[in-house]
Parts: sequence; C-alpha cells; structure tokens
Amino acid sequence: MITKRIIPCLDVRDGRVVKGVNFEGIQDVAGPVEMARFYNESGADELVFYDITASAEGRGLFTDVLRQVASEIFIPLTVGGGIRTLDDFDRVLKCGADKVSVNSGAISNPSLIPAAAKRYGDQCVVLSMDIRRVDGQFRLFARGGREDTGIDALDWAEQGVRNGAGEIVANSIDTDGVKQGFDLELLDALAARVDVPIIASGGAGKKEDFAELFLKHPKVDAGLAASIFHRREVDIRELKRWLRDQGVNMRI
Amino acid sequence: MIAIIDYGVGNLFSLASSLRFLGLETEVTGDKARLEAADRIILPGVGAFGDAAAKLREAGLTEVIRAQAARGKPLLGICLGMQLLFDVSYEYGEHPGLGLVPGQVKPLSEALPQGLKVPHIGWNRLDIQKKGDPLFRYSREDDYFYYVHSYYAADCEASTLAASEYGIPVTGVVRSGSVIGAQFHPEKSGDAGLRLLRAFGEM
Repeated sequence: MITKRIIPCLDVRDGRVVKGVNFEGIQDVAGPVEMARFYNESGADELVFYDITASAEGRGLFTDVLRQVASEIFIPLTVGGGIRTLDDFDRVLKCGADKVSVNSGAISNPSLIPAAAKRYGDQCVVLSMDIRRVDGQFRLFARGGREDTGIDALDWAEQGVRNGAGEIVANSIDTDGVKQGFDLELLDALAARVDVPIIASGGAGKKEDFAELFLKHPKVDAGLAASIFHRREVDIRELKRWLRDQGVNMRI
Repeated sequence: MIAIIDYGVGNLFSLASSLRFLGLETEVTGDKARLEAADRIILPGVGAFGDAAAKLREAGLTEVIRAQAARGKPLLGICLGMQLLFDVSYEYGEHPGLGLVPGQVKPLSEALPQGLKVPHIGWNRLDIQKKGDPLFRYSREDDYFYYVHSYYAADCEASTLAASEYGIPVTGVVRSGSVIGAQFHPEKSGDAGLRLLRAFGEM
C-alpha cells in the first residue's frame, strides 16, 4: 500500500528559508539547497517550497534555488507562492517542480485551476488553502492568511477538486505555529467532502501529533510542517521509524 | 549515450538531471539520427495516452522506436511511456500502443476495491518477483517508488518483473527482451530510483 508522507515545507524569501509563527514574526533559518539536501537524506517523502518574495529579483533567486535543488534531489517537489497564471506554472515546472500549489491565485483567477489541470494534468495541480474559523464556519483566507474572503473553505475545496485540483493542502491558521497538534476537526470535515489526497498543515509540535493524525484519521495522506523540522525539534528519520513502529505505513 | 525522447510530452528536467547525476551521458532529443546513435533510449511521458501516442506518430518516432527495440537496444518506458509500450490502451476510448510488450492498459477505477483513491499517487513498496533480473542488480528488499497514475497495465503477467500492492497488484515493472517499462517515476524515487536507473545504464 502507499505510505503516508512526511513533508517539510521551506518558505523562501530572497533565496533564504524563513518560517513565521502565525504568519508573523518571520525568522531566517538557513540556505534552502543545504536544507533540501539534509531533508532528502533524512528520508523526507516530498519537499514543498513556497516563494514568499514579492520582488522580481527575489523571484529570480527562487527559480535559481529550485533549479539547483531539482538537479540533485530526486523526490517530488511542490512549488507554491505567487502562482497566478499558466506562465507561472510553466516557469516553475521548467525548473524541475513536479506539482504546483495555487492559493490566492485561484481565488483571484477562477479559471486558473481548470486551465492548469487541462494543460498539465490533475496530478500537477495542488490547491492550497489557508483556513480560519469565523462565526463557526471554516473560512478561506487569502494573501498569506491576512484577508478573509468570506468563502466557505469546504465548498472551495470541493469546487477546486471538481475543477481539477489533484491534491489539497489544508493549512489551519488557528493551529499554525501553536504546536498543539494538527487541526483534526478541519481535516475530518474536509475528508468528508473531497476524495483527493489531503495534506495536513499547521500545528505539528511533536511526533505524537503525526501518530494521532495518521492512525485516527486514515483519510489524511500526508503531514506537512516547517519549524519543528527546521529547528531539529523533530528529526524526520526518527519520526518515520517511530511511526512505522506505531503501525503507520512509512517509507524508511 | 542515453537518449531521452523529447516529443513535447511532460517535464524532462528531473529525468535528465538524475541520469547526469549518475554520471551517465544523456541527451534530450526528438531527432531520429540521435535515437539511432544512442546506446539506450528512454521513453518518458505524462498526460493522456491518446495525445501522447498521436504526438509520437506526428513526430515520426513510432517506427524509429520499434526499429531500435527490434535491434535489441535497451528501451525504458517510464509512467505513460511504459503504458505506450503495450498493445492497446482504454484511456478515453481505444488507442493502439507500440505493441512492444504484450498486454493492455486499463482504468484503475474499474479494478480497485472501494475506498481507494484514484490516481494511485505516492510511495509504494515494490515487490520484485524476478529478483535475478539485471535491472534489480542494485535494488533492495524494502525499496519504495513514487507512483502517479490512473491507468495500469493488465494481462501482462508473462512480462511482469515487479508489482506494488494497491488493493490489487499494480504492475510496476515489465520486461520483454530489451524493452523495459516502469509505471513509477525512478527519477522521483530518491535513492531507490537512482539505483534502478544506474542498473539500466549498465544493461
């Protein structure tokens, strides 16, 4: 059977890895290529790179980083951040990305997901969502979690999958950076609505959080985290061995 | 020299990079003369079978591939490139393949038990049935490979070398003479994938 996946996420700004807590107070961690190498050797199942640069110059640095990573690391690479057009898809795919993650770009341009799925296939299109509870509803947020779109996140996920998104990343703003575990309530609600792989993001603080995620919520396919891996609070190799001992199917 | 066939389908960056990483001389080309000059050929591919088969035909490459395979030149089809090696595919209609490996390509959705997601996407353990095959010279018991596909090769038991369990045994690697197919992406399967490509480079 296919394994559950452990995915470190690298937020890159001006060619460096940064990771915020609740999306604010961004801290610089290390060089992305070195970190990608380290994670590949630790047994990461996939790498996600988010380009959080605004400038054209920073964007150029990002594609350089991506090309360098893709020429020496041979596991699936997902790229997101600032993806608004098919040209953006093209730009990162040519640098070695396998999947492209869309977030705000899919909100401002509703034809982006269907057009990208048609050109590159569903497997290439990842719908990433920043979600926060508002008035008892899972609400979709845009612009790095700063803007409430008023859209119901579960409806948005369902629509995205219908339009060709092959995978969903659910990033809970409520649990992000808090390290008290993934947003299981959100993930269950999402799993009841879509049948593509779901990647849980936001809230992992210790290895037990991954065990709870995979053992009690079998419809979730992958766990994504950043700071706990970057700061070596959780070692991916140890985590995967331990999860396998707990009965989770893992690639060791 | 290993020639990766460029016929306008898919992203060849990682495949070319992984071969170069292994120190194998690699060329991405759609030129017949270069395919004839190559020691080995890789047929990649993503997307829909019908489109890819049409593009191969339009590029005039179908006959070159058949001729090179007939000469016994090692040919490796990856993912959709593997599916193209078979007689026929039933992806959105009925499309003839290259007919280099006996078998047909069918939808996973009609074969899988309830509750399993399609596409079959992710890392799966490869159960190697023909362990003595030189392709697995560097492979290990617990090697996992990265799959992304919605159709699978069926009725090809005689040429199946390895499979992965996903509700059914999903055909992982086939071989008919010097023609080899891998349903997964060795160029995305970490160290296990590199070891497989290295073995192909020595065949």
